[in-house]
Amino acid sequence: MAGAFWVLVEDDRQGSPKKVTAEVLGEASRLAGQAGGEAEAVWLTDKATEEGLSQLAEWGAKRVWLIENPGLAPYRGEVWSAALADLAAKESPKAILGAVTTRQREGLARLAARLGAGLSADSVAFAIEGDKLVATRPVYAGKLTAKMTWSKGPWLATLRPNVFRPLDPQTGAKAQVERPSVTVADGQMKLVERKEEVSTGLPELAEAEIVVSGGRGLKGPENFVILEELAKVIGAAVGASRAAVDAGWRPHRFQIGQTGRTISPKLYLGFGISGAIQHLAGMRTSKVICAINKDPEAPIFKIADYGIVGDLFDVAPQLTQEFKKLLDKS
Amino acid sequence: MKILVLVKQVPDTATQVKIAGDKKSIETAGITWIVSPYDEFAVEEALRIKEKRAQGEVVVVTLGPERAKEALRSCLAMGADRAIHLLDTAWDSADTLAAARALAAVITQEAPALVLAGRQAIDDDMGAVGAQVAELLGWPCASWIMEAVVNDAGNAIKVGRQVEGGLEVFDLPLPALCSAQKGINEPRYPTLKGIMGAKRKEIKEMKAADLGITPEPAVLSVVGLEPLPPRPPGRILTGEAADVAKELVRTLREDAKAI
Repeated sequence: MAGAFWVLVEDDRQGSPKKVTAEVLGEASRLAGQAGGEAEAVWLTDKATEEGLSQLAEWGAKRVWLIENPGLAPYRGEVWSAALADLAAKESPKAILGAVTTRQREGLARLAARLGAGLSADSVAFAIEGDKLVATRPVYAGKLTAKMTWSKGPWLATLRPNVFRPLDPQTGAKAQVERPSVTVADGQMKLVERKEEVSTGLPELAEAEIVVSGGRGLKGPENFVILEELAKVIGAAVGASRAAVDAGWRPHRFQIGQTGRTISPKLYLGFGISGAIQHLAGMRTSKVICAINKDPEAPIFKIADYGIVGDLFDVAPQLTQEFKKLLDKS
Repeated sequence: MKILVLVKQVPDTATQVKIAGDKKSIETAGITWIVSPYDEFAVEEALRIKEKRAQGEVVVVTLGPERAKEALRSCLAMGADRAIHLLDTAWDSADTLAAARALAAVITQEAPALVLAGRQAIDDDMGAVGAQVAELLGWPCASWIMEAVVNDAGNAIKVGRQVEGGLEVFDLPLPALCSAQKGINEPRYPTLKGIMGAKRKEIKEMKAADLGITPEPAVLSVVGLEPLPPRPPGRILTGEAADVAKELVRTLREDAKAI
């Protein structure tokens, strides 16, 4: 349907859409409401589930384009972009939106090249202005924001996780499921193996609603256990500053910052982190920022909503106890 | 084996950026420029592949204004063999797609076996050009790679790509494009000999016409740059650890409603 706002489904590779897709569907529904269209989900997968399809409807998708083919797992950009371009050529959507995940960031870039379209990556806000879409995105280590617009459609964008609100769940909503005939090419790249990370039992950094992060003030890798205990109590992911990663205390995938992950949680708690620009670039769009640092001059206090000037080795265990009391009560 | 590396010159992270009079770009005066850090990982990986094979050529390419030559010079000092500078006012307002088209045209002319890039440039953080070049060329690509091994025959590369929850290892037939993630290697510092030697290495300038292309107008463009809205001043809690912890938890629940 012309005028549709497509949302690429990010799933857990087991047939269930992830929470970030609810956020993208929420924004797509709001924009489609203003621009006169509908939000539709496009799901490329080797395995969809009925529960997953219902979930997409409850998150606001009026229609689901389901391309189910064994060749679509694992994700390969060359295969995805060809299949999506095929469908887009037939259906002419107004916009194609995805989430900032490793595969959608790459896949939408490839698709944009194939369609000759513009892509606003890692967007944090949108507005419909007349017949244009305007996207806002952080640039220059998050020191500035850029407003971007497209000279022609379709409008392609990826959305930063945790920034956009899902709709209130449309309980019982049904979406029309289309199974279009689309070419799924063989693809040139072949999977050799997938090395799973040892599960920490904590949420994934980029998607977590609460993030606890440690820096040089932790003094050594063994002390991250203090933060992990706190994280377990409040359901947080544990991240690290570049200083801590470069010192070899944490693997690089836990780094928050310009040369690491960009996060935007509801609550960020930084322990022993000074707040170098390179770190702020990765977390300054967090909604509530708390900093615990011995040094009252640490730059992180300039952007913190709440600061504790004190020794993290005293404060962190106390916080764990207090959070435990609070959450046991409720 | 010829390896081409795509690099971009960007403002140093710590440098202060100010919005220029046109409200769409930044003041370039007083900025410290560097090679985007992810691109340095790509250059380093290319040099390591060449050294391991004890043959081959590493060519660095950038699209940018005159000052971008400094970035090419830095890569030559690290050990790259020669450089190509896409320099044409026709690219002044290039979006990622226009840049990708120009780079794809150079790659077609140079016909390397492998193209490496950084996962994203740290100025606009768009992270799209590498994948777009691959798409335009019809090549496979792997983004955010943490490890790379070219086979002995020089016709395939095995890479580990970082994804949520793990690492996916793929075999890609060459030619292919891969973009480097932090952690793949530790880039070398140029030696004095390297810096001196770089002055004698070739930097070839090319215009759009040399590539046989006419840059198309940007599809995506900046309407305006804005400073960040200031955050309201924070509240500093002082006192005994037990007391401040208690107060912070209370205020996060009752005032900030963050937990």
